[in-house]
Amino acid sequence: MSFPRHAGRWLIPLAVLPVLILLAYGFRTNPRDVPSPLIGKPAAPFSLRAFDGESLSLEALRGRVVVVNFWASWCVPSCYEEAPALERGWLAYKDRGVALIGVNIQDKEEPAKKFLAEFGHTFPNAPDPAGRVSVDYGVYGVPETFFIDRAGRIRFKHVGAITDEVLKRNVDALLAEPA
Amino acid sequence: MTHAPELGYALTVAALALAVYGCSVSAVGAASGRLALRRSSERAAIGVFVLTTCCILLLVYAFLTFDFSIRYVASNTNRGTPFYYRITALWGALEGSIILWAWMLSVYTLIVVAQYRRRQPEFYPWVLAVMLGIAAFFFLVMTIPAPPFARLTPIPPDGRGLNPLLEDSGMITHPVALYLGFTGFTVPFAFAMAALISGRTGDEWITITRRWTIIAWYFLSLGLLIGGWWSYHVLGWGGYWAWDPVENAAFMPWLTATALLHSVMIQERRRMLKLWNLTLIILTFGLTLFGTFLTRSGIIGSVHAFSQGSVGQFFLAFLALVLLGSFSLLAWRFDRLRGQTQLDSAVSRESAFLLNNVLLLAATFTVFFGTVFPLLSEAVRGVKVSVGAPFFNLVNIPVFLALLFLMGVGPLIAWRRASADNLRRNFLKPVIVGIVAAGVLRLLGIGNALVLLCMALVAFVTVTIALDFFRAVRARRRTAPGWLSAAGGLLLNQNRRYGGFVVHLGILVVALGVAGSQAWSVQTETTLEPGQSVELAGYRVRFDRLAASEESNHFKVTGTFTVANGRDSLAVLAPAKKFYPQEQTPIAYVDYRLGLIEDLYVVLGDFARDGSHATIKVQVNRMVSWLWIGGLILTLGAALAILPDRRRPA
Repeated sequence: MSFPRHAGRWLIPLAVLPVLILLAYGFRTNPRDVPSPLIGKPAAPFSLRAFDGESLSLEALRGRVVVVNFWASWCVPSCYEEAPALERGWLAYKDRGVALIGVNIQDKEEPAKKFLAEFGHTFPNAPDPAGRVSVDYGVYGVPETFFIDRAGRIRFKHVGAITDEVLKRNVDALLAEPA
Repeated sequence: MTHAPELGYALTVAALALAVYGCSVSAVGAASGRLALRRSSERAAIGVFVLTTCCILLLVYAFLTFDFSIRYVASNTNRGTPFYYRITALWGALEGSIILWAWMLSVYTLIVVAQYRRRQPEFYPWVLAVMLGIAAFFFLVMTIPAPPFARLTPIPPDGRGLNPLLEDSGMITHPVALYLGFTGFTVPFAFAMAALISGRTGDEWITITRRWTIIAWYFLSLGLLIGGWWSYHVLGWGGYWAWDPVENAAFMPWLTATALLHSVMIQERRRMLKLWNLTLIILTFGLTLFGTFLTRSGIIGSVHAFSQGSVGQFFLAFLALVLLGSFSLLAWRFDRLRGQTQLDSAVSRESAFLLNNVLLLAATFTVFFGTVFPLLSEAVRGVKVSVGAPFFNLVNIPVFLALLFLMGVGPLIAWRRASADNLRRNFLKPVIVGIVAAGVLRLLGIGNALVLLCMALVAFVTVTIALDFFRAVRARRRTAPGWLSAAGGLLLNQNRRYGGFVVHLGILVVALGVAGSQAWSVQTETTLEPGQSVELAGYRVRFDRLAASEESNHFKVTGTFTVANGRDSLAVLAPAKKFYPQEQTPIAYVDYRLGLIEDLYVVLGDFARDGSHATIKVQVNRMVSWLWIGGLILTLGAALAILPDRRRPA
């Protein structure tokens, strides 16, 4: 049996394989996925006046699982896409002791209220007029959602539009922990 | 409630179906020789163009009418977005860029049909099949991972607005030029694939390819240049090139295409390097895809924050298909492609061009290596390490200096074997001028060895070009009425050669701009109270006041600074900071005073709300304008070289 002449030529296409594999490897990690230094740290306390006039204080919710969602009415499309999921999550979990707080940042009152009315949000929402809370939480771009455990520590952070699954997974994990 | 999203989606799917149909029919037509199939595929190409045009028009209409039921429109514009940025918002993000890309591809495809259906009847159906196949990929991306017409419910009252950095005139033209370059390389690639598939690996197609490569190269150069200008006058760091992954992504195909433009000449002249040229064409096209993959997959972090969704996976799969497929075709046709000619001498134009190719490929490899290094280090050592500008500069500066030297040697050295007489006649004077120039510049006080070397090389190359041009004009003078008409006639009649020389001159001017700006720019940063001044390189910059204003889509704080040079007041500069509600960090608005020798460049930093003090960065950037001038010369030269060849092949 004779070895075909110039079998080595097939090394040309094979040579690109390592590069392709390396590039595929790149999908394993996300370079933008910088872990928040706040994870595991106590959540910064805040008191805000909600749109409906009620006062909202994180301190008062100690002992409960708290979800804090930062949003804005101009945040298109992510805040619009996640809004129904937030309301669904609130309705599903409010009787299980979970608190959901919307913090409206870098926004104007009128469009913010219109946003809430349009989605029929029933969970408390408050503006952060001085931007102090968003600075304390290191919010880089809306929407961002923080999950705080019963001991008042930030445990998870989600960047971008939240989905029913992410909400459920993180809240269930915190609820499962002993009180 | 409009039905634009559904209409747009239908158009996209129809374009995809038609492109797939046209690709298959054209391939079957090419293989079977059935004329009816070919005609059908031509009509499909026209149909694809019409559908893509409708897609673009529909999206532009949606932008102009603020149709926020389309997610893409709502994400990239708002009611405050000025009119023309609502049109350019079309390519402000991924989905619209893909449409624009597909549309350009469909235009190129139509031109190919119009130009070659009669001239290359056996060959071009394969070209058409490849081009429609590539178009089909883009429509697939538009249908599944990045649909531009996706619906957003509920419809928001206002959109988010365009990325403020993109609200700039450079952003109107930069992506368009860049994409025209990227898509333009599809044509040479399609011809190369047609040659490999059909087995017609003669030399005719390479001549066709050469002009298309120059056209794509011209647009890519323009795109890189405008990108540099945008970076310089918008980003506010005072530089024009940062070796950012996305910049590198556009630079790599430019390097390989430049190599190709040179090695093609050897194939035309000496019937050598067929295999090599095919490899360069495949690499160039592959790198344009890689560039898009890099920009859009987000696997490597970049200042150009574009990453989204599963588009990266689609592009990687397509890249794999293209590279494995085309290199396998190359291996299959290996025997037909090997050259019969051998290099006659190491001192010849062939070897100068070969060395040029080796250096350009070395630069490409370096840039590629540096760009994917974070991935490599993570795969091997588990830590993500980036290499910065020092790495790229360290490796590439010697390569680019060597390329400058070859730029002087290549066009004048004899083919096959250069005689001592040829060398003396063409290079003795330029070498002397280069050495003298280095000596004079040293005496004038230029101490930086790299700058000195660069300038000496520029002098050397300039003299070789001037000498050649002078001799050719003198020879022509015998038949032409005057010197001017002799020179003009030469440029037009030997437009390939002299277009190339003009491009070289442009590169020389760019090289001086790079060397000068790197070596001699100075900057300072300081905090001033109103009335106080800072001095830098003979300029006195006085802080006058701060003023705030409400613009259509942002809030702006503008500083007023009076610039004086000695006693004369030169200008009032007004750098600003723009606060967009949708951005966490303010956007700097640079103000500058451009000059041939130096630019004064002022960036407003932090400031007190009451206007009691402000921090400014003042830069005196030297010879940056040479980059833009050189770039302009370069594009003019490329345009000259694109003109139809007046010389009839012998």
